Amino acid sequence: MREQGGIFKNLDPVLVALYVLMVIMGWLNIYASVFNDEHQSIFDFSQKYGKQMLWICTAFLLAIIVLIIDGNFYSAFSYPVYGISIISLILVLFIGKEISGSKSWFRVGEFGIQPAEFAKFAANMALAKYLSNINIKMTDARTKIISVALILLPILLIVLENETGCALVFFAFILVLYREGLSGNILLLGTAAAILFVLALLINKFILIGIIAGVALLLLLIVRRNRQNLAIIFGALFFASATIYSVDYAFSHLEPHQKKRINVFLGKETDKKKAGYNVNQSLIAIGSGGLSGKGYLQGTQTKYDFVPEQSTDFIFCTVGEEWGFVGSSVVIILFIILLLRIIFIAERQRSSYTRIYGYGVASILFFHLLVNIGMTIGLAPVIGIPLPFFSYGGSSLWSFTILLFIFIKMDAYRLQVLR
Amino acid sequence: MNRFSDRKFVIAAIFIFIGVVFLLRLFYIQVLDDDYKLSANNNVLRYVTQYPARGLIYDRDGELLVYNEAAYDLMVTPRQVKDLDTQNFCTTLGITKEVFIKKMKAARNYSPYKESIFEKQLSAETYATLQEKLYSFHGFYVQSRTLRKYPGLIAAHTLGYVGEVSEKYTQENPYYKSGDYIGISGVEKSYEKELRGKKGLSVMMVDVFNRPKGKFNNGEYDTLAVTGQNLVTALSAKLQRYGEQLMQGKTGGIVAIEPSTGEILAAISAPSYNPNLLVGRERSKNYGMLLQTEGLPLFNRALMAYYPPGSTFKLINDLIGQQEGVLTPNTSYYCDGGYHMGRQTVKCDARHNSIQLRAAVQHSCNTYHCYVFRSIVDNKKYKSTEEGYQVWRNHVLTFGIGVRLYSDLPQELKGMVPSVQYYDKYFGKGRWRSSTVVSLSIGQGELGITPLQMANTMCIIANRGYYYTPHIIKKVGKENLHLSKFKEKHYTDIDPKYYDVMIDGMQDVVDIGTAAGSKIKGITFCGKTGTAQNPHGKDHSLFVAFAPRENPKIAIGIMVENGGWGASWAAPIASLMIEKYLNDSIATPARHALEKRMLEGVIIMPKK
Ligand SMILES: [Zn+2]
Repeated sequence: MREQGGIFKNLDPVLVALYVLMVIMGWLNIYASVFNDEHQSIFDFSQKYGKQMLWICTAFLLAIIVLIIDGNFYSAFSYPVYGISIISLILVLFIGKEISGSKSWFRVGEFGIQPAEFAKFAANMALAKYLSNINIKMTDARTKIISVALILLPILLIVLENETGCALVFFAFILVLYREGLSGNILLLGTAAAILFVLALLINKFILIGIIAGVALLLLLIVRRNRQNLAIIFGALFFASATIYSVDYAFSHLEPHQKKRINVFLGKETDKKKAGYNVNQSLIAIGSGGLSGKGYLQGTQTKYDFVPEQSTDFIFCTVGEEWGFVGSSVVIILFIILLLRIIFIAERQRSSYTRIYGYGVASILFFHLLVNIGMTIGLAPVIGIPLPFFSYGGSSLWSFTILLFIFIKMDAYRLQVLR
Repeated sequence: MNRFSDRKFVIAAIFIFIGVVFLLRLFYIQVLDDDYKLSANNNVLRYVTQYPARGLIYDRDGELLVYNEAAYDLMVTPRQVKDLDTQNFCTTLGITKEVFIKKMKAARNYSPYKESIFEKQLSAETYATLQEKLYSFHGFYVQSRTLRKYPGLIAAHTLGYVGEVSEKYTQENPYYKSGDYIGISGVEKSYEKELRGKKGLSVMMVDVFNRPKGKFNNGEYDTLAVTGQNLVTALSAKLQRYGEQLMQGKTGGIVAIEPSTGEILAAISAPSYNPNLLVGRERSKNYGMLLQTEGLPLFNRALMAYYPPGSTFKLINDLIGQQEGVLTPNTSYYCDGGYHMGRQTVKCDARHNSIQLRAAVQHSCNTYHCYVFRSIVDNKKYKSTEEGYQVWRNHVLTFGIGVRLYSDLPQELKGMVPSVQYYDKYFGKGRWRSSTVVSLSIGQGELGITPLQMANTMCIIANRGYYYTPHIIKKVGKENLHLSKFKEKHYTDIDPKYYDVMIDGMQDVVDIGTAAGSKIKGITFCGKTGTAQNPHGKDHSLFVAFAPRENPKIAIGIMVENGGWGASWAAPIASLMIEKYLNDSIATPARHALEKRMLEGVIIMPKK
């Protein structure tokens, strides 16, 4: 017999504490970023912080529901959840509301729901379910293809919704695949492809292929020309050329404003008024924070609407300006602790479903952290994805809450099973 | 234990590595690098839009028609308003505290952080006193703008006016911000893009006391405003002004076009209004007042009012008859004072007996033209009345009647030439004959033609078969680039050889015919009077003409509401305008007397 309040038993205190701490810090910063004298009540639903308060309360409720549901449910219903998520991604293409060029929102009165956010944990569940199958070996081609297909399907649909930033998040699952046995070379190859990707945008494709072919030729002269080496060199050459061509093709099919953003980021174009402007304002805001910040609600850059989308994608600016280097370091360190804690807990699982799911959680959170903060401090291109638990927005907060709490529940369930 | 368990270290290392990179980068931009410390003393940025001067507008002889005058708007950024001496502020602006509260609330509702207009177009005195105290009114600053001025007080409808852009339009066109000005009608509207120039933006640093601290990053983010292009219009201010004077006390429209180019020399709509009324703070009040004014001064009759063309239309009917091969200059019909169809009669002014084409034009014989119309529509070549009528109508449309001319003035209407479907609906299919609609031949019935179209048909006859799309623009900036579409000849489907007899007849009209009272000494010209039946009151007086007969320089169409016969008002006014335009002055004492009578004449509008 389980006693009352049993659902809170065995919950990992570190994860729960980090979650609550981050959500509260996020709200305080949203409040600061839209703070003004006219609207003082924190429950003013016409203001973003008022709405976010509502989102936070409902997120806590969701967390409790996730914890109440039986621990077997998640593993057992992974595929149905994935299916529902895919269907809603398709539905939103037809009946969704178009907001600034993206057709990715279901609108319910004042509030909007974005199915792409929820696809993250759904895809994670499905992937964990598939890979935790005892007969699965990551080295099999079949396994690779199915895993990649599970990830690619939501990516395609989200790209169709014109939410490229959100779609990129799914590439984070490569870390999960790596942990489950995908060759480390592929991880390297992925990194190489990313570098190649950037180079392809910077340098004329013919020159770039020429350079790579030159390097290949040089290698041919140096190494022993046995069959294996030849295959590797020609394979790499082919792979590189194909990447360059596809990047070139994809780039020429981007929307003008997306092209511009990429060009500005790469320094090919200086546009201080538009895309570059956001980053510049963001750097000014963060930079002006100095070592210890200007103090809570004292920020001027973020307050006067200089940083666009500062309560959503650029929330970290408020942290940087008002709390300074000390505050921003705390946020980054908290995130790193959270990520390492998730890995630590994932590794102590006996159920491989929970372990794989945990790595998925860590990968998704990590990717968001990497791109979002990277963007605000000028290290990553301006891709509009939220900072987990901090950014304004109900869909992302709900989705991250569910994502994390399913993991917390599964971890607690492990101990219950042991007893 | 899982075989790949060690990989957790790789992944953890990646996480830690990125964390360290972020911390180093943050340490660099927040602690080491001073580039981003502009806010060390809490400076904030202010975005000041630089409004370019709108392009000037000239007439064809270089007379300035529209220029700009400086005006100052008081702007407010509510969030920056601190420690305001409200009493002092209100006294300076001459407003009450209630008004102040209302305006602040409106500004705050728009945005607490973005600037909006607090008070529009300050008077010179207010601006002067405010300027001195502005440093103490944190959150307020003055934005300079320009207002349009119309020194000539003429061509109000054609030049149009400028006003604040609508909210809806700003959403569709991000160039415009709330409070921006945009051309709303006339030339100001059609050439908005050329006239407006390009807004500039300067990013200023101001301290917490709203004191400018110079340009942000040495103006690296600034864009310069580009002044709007000047326009040279085809209008002749001299002719336009004279025409407006002649139309004082009357209601109607006049359009004059240069046949060899299609340039609109004058476009007059009476009654008119002072274009300076629709500028600045009083604009909406004055607009409301003009809407209420009798005679509808805001209605542009030159382009939008259409009336039955009356006898002026006989010319077109005759040209069609010749082209269809049912009429030659020698064709003669017998007029016993009217055209009879059963019990109904289309009356003629006189009994013309046996009459030929040229004389029929000169005397404006209704009987003759009814015969011509029926011979076209009832031609054996065509299987039915409908088909014959369709042929006739298609010819009419090539004269730019019943279709839009697509001039460069907004508001232009297409007039009316009833279609077969229209009559089928009105009388029933197969229940109408050429006799049913025979009054079209003398320009009555359902026909509707605007003064612009009337003048354009005169261009066609003057050019013997073609016209250029009428246009108001002569030059944009320094180049003539925009004019290419106005260089194209539009042909009617009437052979040029058929025009000669019409032109002879039209000269007779002026020399010895219905418009003989409007002869000009030394100028041989061609015209045709008309009277449009008006069921609501006295008939409208119409006249069309081009002058001189050889190498025509001006084609004109005029309509004077409730003026009665064409010869009573329309023809004299047109002849005076022609004389003034071609000779610069009115020559003989008799003509001076006519001029005086026209200038002073008042036509009382019937109460509706
Ligand atoms: Zn007669």
